[in-house]
Amino acid sequence: MTYHRPEFRHPELPTNELGYTRKHYEGAISTLCAGCGHDSISAAIIQACFELSIEPHNVAKISGIGCSSKTPTYFLGNSHGFNSVHGRMPSVATGANLANRDLTYIGVSGDGDSASIGMGQFAHVVRRNLNMLYLVENNGCYGLTKGQDSATSDIGSAGKKGTPNPFEPIDLCTLALELGATFVARSFSGDKDQLIPLIKAAISHSGFALIDVISPCVTFNNTATSTKSYEFVRDHIDATGKTDFIPVQQEIMADYEPGFTQEVTLHDGSVIHLYKKDEDLDLHNRLSALQAIHKCKEKGEILTGLLYLDPDCEDLHEIVGTVEKPLRDLDEAALCPGSKSLDAINQSLR
Amino acid sequence: MQQIKSVNDFVIRFANTNGTGSASANNLFAKTIFRMGIPVSPKNVFPSNIQGLPTWYEVRVNDKGYVGRRGGIDIMVAVNPQSIAQDIKVVDPGGYFVFDNTKPLDLRLHRDDINTLGIPLTDISRREYTDPRQRQLFKNVIYIGALSALLDIEFDVLKGLVHDQFKGKEKLIAPNIHALELGFQYAQENFDCPLGIRVERRDMVDDHILMEGNAALGLGAIYGGASVAAWYPITPSTSVVEQFEKYAKRLRIDPGSGKCNYAIVQAEDELSAIGMVVGASWNGARSFTATSGPGVSLMNEFLGLAYFAEVPTVLFDIQRAGPSTGMPTRSQQSDLLLAAYASHGDTKQVLMFPSTPKECFEMGAASFDLADRLQTPVIVMSDLDLGMNEHFSEPLDWDDSVTYDRGKVFSEQELEEMAERYGRYLDIDGDGICYRTYPGTHPTKGSFFTRGSSRDEYAKYTESSEEYVINMKRLLVKWETAKEYVPKPVIRPASKATKDGMIYFGTTTASAEEALDILSDKGVAIDALRVRGFPFNSGVEEFIAQHDRVFIVEQNRDGQLRTMLINECEINPQKLKPLLCYDGLPVTARWIVDAVLSSDGNNKNTGKVIPLSKEVKV
Repeated sequence: MTYHRPEFRHPELPTNELGYTRKHYEGAISTLCAGCGHDSISAAIIQACFELSIEPHNVAKISGIGCSSKTPTYFLGNSHGFNSVHGRMPSVATGANLANRDLTYIGVSGDGDSASIGMGQFAHVVRRNLNMLYLVENNGCYGLTKGQDSATSDIGSAGKKGTPNPFEPIDLCTLALELGATFVARSFSGDKDQLIPLIKAAISHSGFALIDVISPCVTFNNTATSTKSYEFVRDHIDATGKTDFIPVQQEIMADYEPGFTQEVTLHDGSVIHLYKKDEDLDLHNRLSALQAIHKCKEKGEILTGLLYLDPDCEDLHEIVGTVEKPLRDLDEAALCPGSKSLDAINQSLR
Repeated sequence: MQQIKSVNDFVIRFANTNGTGSASANNLFAKTIFRMGIPVSPKNVFPSNIQGLPTWYEVRVNDKGYVGRRGGIDIMVAVNPQSIAQDIKVVDPGGYFVFDNTKPLDLRLHRDDINTLGIPLTDISRREYTDPRQRQLFKNVIYIGALSALLDIEFDVLKGLVHDQFKGKEKLIAPNIHALELGFQYAQENFDCPLGIRVERRDMVDDHILMEGNAALGLGAIYGGASVAAWYPITPSTSVVEQFEKYAKRLRIDPGSGKCNYAIVQAEDELSAIGMVVGASWNGARSFTATSGPGVSLMNEFLGLAYFAEVPTVLFDIQRAGPSTGMPTRSQQSDLLLAAYASHGDTKQVLMFPSTPKECFEMGAASFDLADRLQTPVIVMSDLDLGMNEHFSEPLDWDDSVTYDRGKVFSEQELEEMAERYGRYLDIDGDGICYRTYPGTHPTKGSFFTRGSSRDEYAKYTESSEEYVINMKRLLVKWETAKEYVPKPVIRPASKATKDGMIYFGTTTASAEEALDILSDKGVAIDALRVRGFPFNSGVEEFIAQHDRVFIVEQNRDGQLRTMLINECEINPQKLKPLLCYDGLPVTARWIVDAVLSSDGNNKNTGKVIPLSKEVKV
């Protein structure tokens, strides 16, 4: 790489509660195509983590393989990252989370990584309600191998290759709802006003949080015939409403009309407000979320925004009953039963 | 007629039907003899089935302490009409055939050269019990009672064991003892007791234990500090994690909160199981999975990642007979090449070969230190025979002064005091092993990106050929370091000087050592070496160099250890004579003796190939 990002930053950049500027949350310079939706998502993650005042090193970034899975290098440079193998990010994230429940886990995946090769692991990490943000950068195609259709590509949609996709698409949001996901949202890489509060809410949720982000591939799938192009998505987007994320102990400033909002308090005390467009949508009702998605789909529209949330769920650690202390910090005293116990075991085997 | 006569030296085989509760009754038999101070070795030969198919249980009794399979059968207890025709055929001449004569023996099966003893087991239990399940269960206990009279087994010891086994279920004690008495009585009244084969109390057991290798591995993981276990059920490895859980529930509960100092996840498949282990290990916890050959096949991609990204990873491979689904309930040592070179590209994996439950425990615990020291996968190669059978073993031992060696990990303070730039793949010490950091250690120093793609010494992605080669070469330096970190081989010199050697490993050991004694008695002197780790320690190469001819005894078809020796140590293949037993049953001492005596050991390529004009035209 011959180009680099200048080190200079304005001396009076705003800082967050921890005294960090946005720069502390940046990563290496992106090597994706100019205009790639994924870069906007990286920027949204940086902004969300900055605004949430998370210690950057207390985040673990994990991904699989593909364009999307490259992006963890491009945000949170002070965090450890793990670019693992294709479709297996959920298992690596599960192990990592079991080892240390105190970190924030951000998993980045793509439509190929999650809806094809990694479909099995995706389904099971949802079932286990692993406490993580699972962000899918969904462009309907395989970018790194030059534009083949992916399993989320709509019937009839055609990318640069020009052949319409003949197969039924997989909707990761409806699938996750069926599998018991406790936080489900869809967004668009071109709508950072919607995406940033959703990421903040997803990170604050103590359980599995899926955000399926439509993120156009400018090189292979941004054609007039594609349903994952910038233009098509902008023209067909609908939203459940406007989401606001209010951190712990911060006063709610916005005015809202009663009857059209839903307020959800998360485990850490922060609050999510949804200014609903659709009065019938109930964030606590899976069926209502599924109906809303299907209703939009029938109209040829893409429903974005927060779709479902269960703030009172038990995450994997609670389900398997681990101690509060991170397992990786346990020492010999906690882990090794010692020779006396072994003598008793020997005796029982005679 | 000739009768085999022996005290404390025989092989008995029980032929039962799967799912009838016979294994626990047969275990009662073995353990009673063990409690009489005589070494025993029970082996369960079972089908891939839950109920209905034939199953066998073989017990070797030997007061000299030989506990490998000997070969041959002195006493057959035939309770399964499905297999009776084949069961009667395999009894050694002069041996004893105890069978259920509720139905008379087919005259065509009758043999003149063995002693036949009929006991109406089905009749007795039908008379005594009304419940069909009880009839089935107690039929087994009745023949154990009969054997007690026939073989002079101390009845009080038998009764004592029943009391121990049904602790907490006292209701079951009296009916079990009654069933034992029924059999005992019948034998006493109808036969000259004891037979030519009998047992006599000895003091040969000391503080030994009877334990399954899988339980020892699971317990080893507890003592070795594993806190995350991820797994997918597969025979014969399943009981490793089940035993880990059993012991964890007793030994790993936090006294303050009552919560678990461990996490166990049953994954959706083996890929996910090993992925969780890699994730947990990367994040600083000790973690493991257990599987068998088909699972290792699935785990290959992750094993390559862990090798290249240098993540400590512990895997227990309980081998079974392959290829493919093979014979899933039979034993083999046939995953060596798969494990040693697991994954695409140039990979080499560290292996350990336990041969007893005590070694399963020790290597199970040590695998975590070794993986942390070397920052690479460590695969412990057990097998079905070792894992699922109870073995006569020295007791487990733990030194309370031991602390875990987490290898080269920079702490927050070390990072804070560091003036130079941290490089994850900088070989500071020249041993090929670099310093890692756990996620979340320091706010601004020590973070790095782990990846399966090429990177420079600072963990930055690169496609530079030069950087790639530097890294691949460093991994070879680490491989050299590993040679002295793995357990050293155990050498067993012959009683006189010889140019012949023998190499074996794992569950071949007990049978091989007995075979060496038999051969020595016949005047054939062979020095022996037991391999315990891969890469091969320098001692292995020296041993081969010191001998003109070396037999390699393995339980696989293709001589996999031999291939690895030739490949890694650049040894002339002519010098290494393969002795290969791969029928799925543990190799016997007699088989090894015959193989050594009957040939120069080259029993490879015996099948004749008739050439056809079907070669591929290219």
